[in-house]
Amino acid sequence: MDLFFQQLLNGLTLGSLYALIAVGYTVVYGIVQIINFAHGEVFMIGAFGAMATWTVLFQGNTSLWVLPLMIVGAVASSVVVAVLMERIAYRPLRHAPRLAPLITAIGISVFLQEAIRLFYPGAKSALPFPRIDVVTGTALTLGPLTVRRSAIFTIGSLIVCAALLWFFINRTKLGRGMLAVSQDKDTARLMGINVDRIIAVAFGLGAALAGVAGVAQGLQNNNIDFFMGFLAGLKAFTAAVLGGIGNVMGAVLGGLVLGVVEAMAVQFIPGTFGGSPWKDVWAFALLIIVLVFRPQGLLGARVVDRA
Amino acid sequence: MQQRSIIRLGVPLAVAALALSACGSRSDSATGSSAASTKVAKIGVIAPLSGGLSAMGLGIKNSVDLAIKQANDSGAVAGWKFELYALDDEAKAEVGKNAATKISSDDAVIGVVGTLNSSVAQQTVPVLAAAKIAQVSPANTNPTLTQGADLANKKRPYNNYFRTCTTDAVQGPFAAQYLLGQGIKAVATIHDKKTYGQGLVDAFTAEFTKGGGKVVAAETVGENDKDFATVISKIKPSAPGAIYYGGEYPTAGPLSQQMKAQGLTIPLMGGDGIFDPKFIELAGATATGDMATSVGAPTDSTDAGKKFLTEYKAGGYKEEASAYGGYGYDAAKAIIEAAKSALKDAKDVKSGRDALLTALGKVSFDGVTGKVAFDEYGDTTSKVLTVYKVDGGKWVPAKTDTFK
Repeated sequence: MDLFFQQLLNGLTLGSLYALIAVGYTVVYGIVQIINFAHGEVFMIGAFGAMATWTVLFQGNTSLWVLPLMIVGAVASSVVVAVLMERIAYRPLRHAPRLAPLITAIGISVFLQEAIRLFYPGAKSALPFPRIDVVTGTALTLGPLTVRRSAIFTIGSLIVCAALLWFFINRTKLGRGMLAVSQDKDTARLMGINVDRIIAVAFGLGAALAGVAGVAQGLQNNNIDFFMGFLAGLKAFTAAVLGGIGNVMGAVLGGLVLGVVEAMAVQFIPGTFGGSPWKDVWAFALLIIVLVFRPQGLLGARVVDRA
Repeated sequence: MQQRSIIRLGVPLAVAALALSACGSRSDSATGSSAASTKVAKIGVIAPLSGGLSAMGLGIKNSVDLAIKQANDSGAVAGWKFELYALDDEAKAEVGKNAATKISSDDAVIGVVGTLNSSVAQQTVPVLAAAKIAQVSPANTNPTLTQGADLANKKRPYNNYFRTCTTDAVQGPFAAQYLLGQGIKAVATIHDKKTYGQGLVDAFTAEFTKGGGKVVAAETVGENDKDFATVISKIKPSAPGAIYYGGEYPTAGPLSQQMKAQGLTIPLMGGDGIFDPKFIELAGATATGDMATSVGAPTDSTDAGKKFLTEYKAGGYKEEASAYGGYGYDAAKAIIEAAKSALKDAKDVKSGRDALLTALGKVSFDGVTGKVAFDEYGDTTSKVLTVYKVDGGKWVPAKTDTFK
């Protein structure tokens, strides 16, 4: 039973990461109905942004106060990249057939990966992420459970980000503008909402969370590489669909469920089909099962025009 | 099947190349013999001379050059002079194959030292075999090159292939004996499901259980996994004394770090796939105590090795001899040694190639890396390995021994 709770904790940690990234897919989809497949790369840029901030400004410093500045660096770089991406690559295609932005997304994804690989010093292979006091180091023991310090950071980030996000969407003018645009773009424009700005905000919002996730993953896995966004992005997209794409809290729930399923699959499925290499298979099997019985996802609304 | 198609392709290619070069080489030898009474035998080198692994490749090339110069100065084979013929394989199988084809079209080549990578050797050996040119590798560790694809049913695939370093097949058992010797009786194994990793773990497990140890958990991870929390949580309750990992450093480094961050403070041990400074960089400060086995002894740990390094330095080479320089030197010396009997009465290099293969199987001398002699598969008879330990952010040799 101890192992069950241990793996539940591991799963929630992993799931928190997925959830942070998944929000970006779902927010963008909710507003412009495109799947931004380059979002995984935004997450990767966030991790490299944090590392660059550390390398340039605080090389060798492991104090805790450096961490907020690293997060600022991560969020700034991922938001800038995401907003530029929207302006340069997606806005000209706003009225193009849906396939066009999708292909564009794949192109941007390859572009960003290669740009980091070629131009970030040493990024041709994995780079060690800076160690920060308090959030990395020996694990804490909580009764029978081993709690990694980075796990507290990751789960904490999700809680804080989800709360802020809820507040932003439901309690601020800009957030309500987002809701309006997602319901009906043309009517929203008639009501005096600047749709272009709302779309840019949506991209930025998702990118900010992805940037935080980049830092969390760096602290947790202690290394980052230019390819890290690919699988993470794919998993997060799965989480978004699982939770019901377009629904922000669905993305959070989908991420957590996916993480827990993976952890449990490693622990409790024995034999040839068990173990770590099969965890992705079980995660995707779950997705298929959920979509068969609930095509709109766990929390999705019953709308015909959904992915 | 793949091997066969390579031969099918390689033989006509080699024959065509030989036929094409026939006239050219005849005039070569004619001018050679009229100018002086010494004939020329070339020793080829196929190794990565550019790219990420070039440090090791250039070390091999320079060491072979040194061996050739010394042989010429001492007149090792009466009436013959040796020449270096080095080609770059860029650590890529296809490029290596082209280099081998080019070398096999040269009638003056008696043998080849190389390659660095086992994957490249798989392509070069058949091409050189068609021309009966000996290939002596200083660095290939894949057992199938000498013992065939089916290791339970050993069969030597090509009689022109030899190597001066030992193989992966003894790395796992050597690690098992070392851990048992350290009093560690319970071990968890993890591998990445690739040929190299799984092979290491299988060989390790067999030897470890035979020696009275117990494998308390056997797990696998995906090659691209970065988060090992779940696997580590699963292993932890079985309380192993060490983890034996089959795979390479890009996965092993983070695994070591995460293991220790989760309170599983036991050493991680692996094969030469993790024996790299990058492992320590990725694993961080908590890597101290982690271990790796690698083939051979550190070159500077023996008197013969030290003498070689001094001579190498005196030779004025720009690059370091690196990990495999000593093995490259011994490989070249083995070819020269065999040439002593094979080329003595030969009228040209081509007619001496058959005799050289036979002679190479029988060489026996003290090289800079230990005794140089080959068994019936072409593997070296000296099975020297070293356990390295991470200490102060560096790999430090902990124990060098002969595997029994």
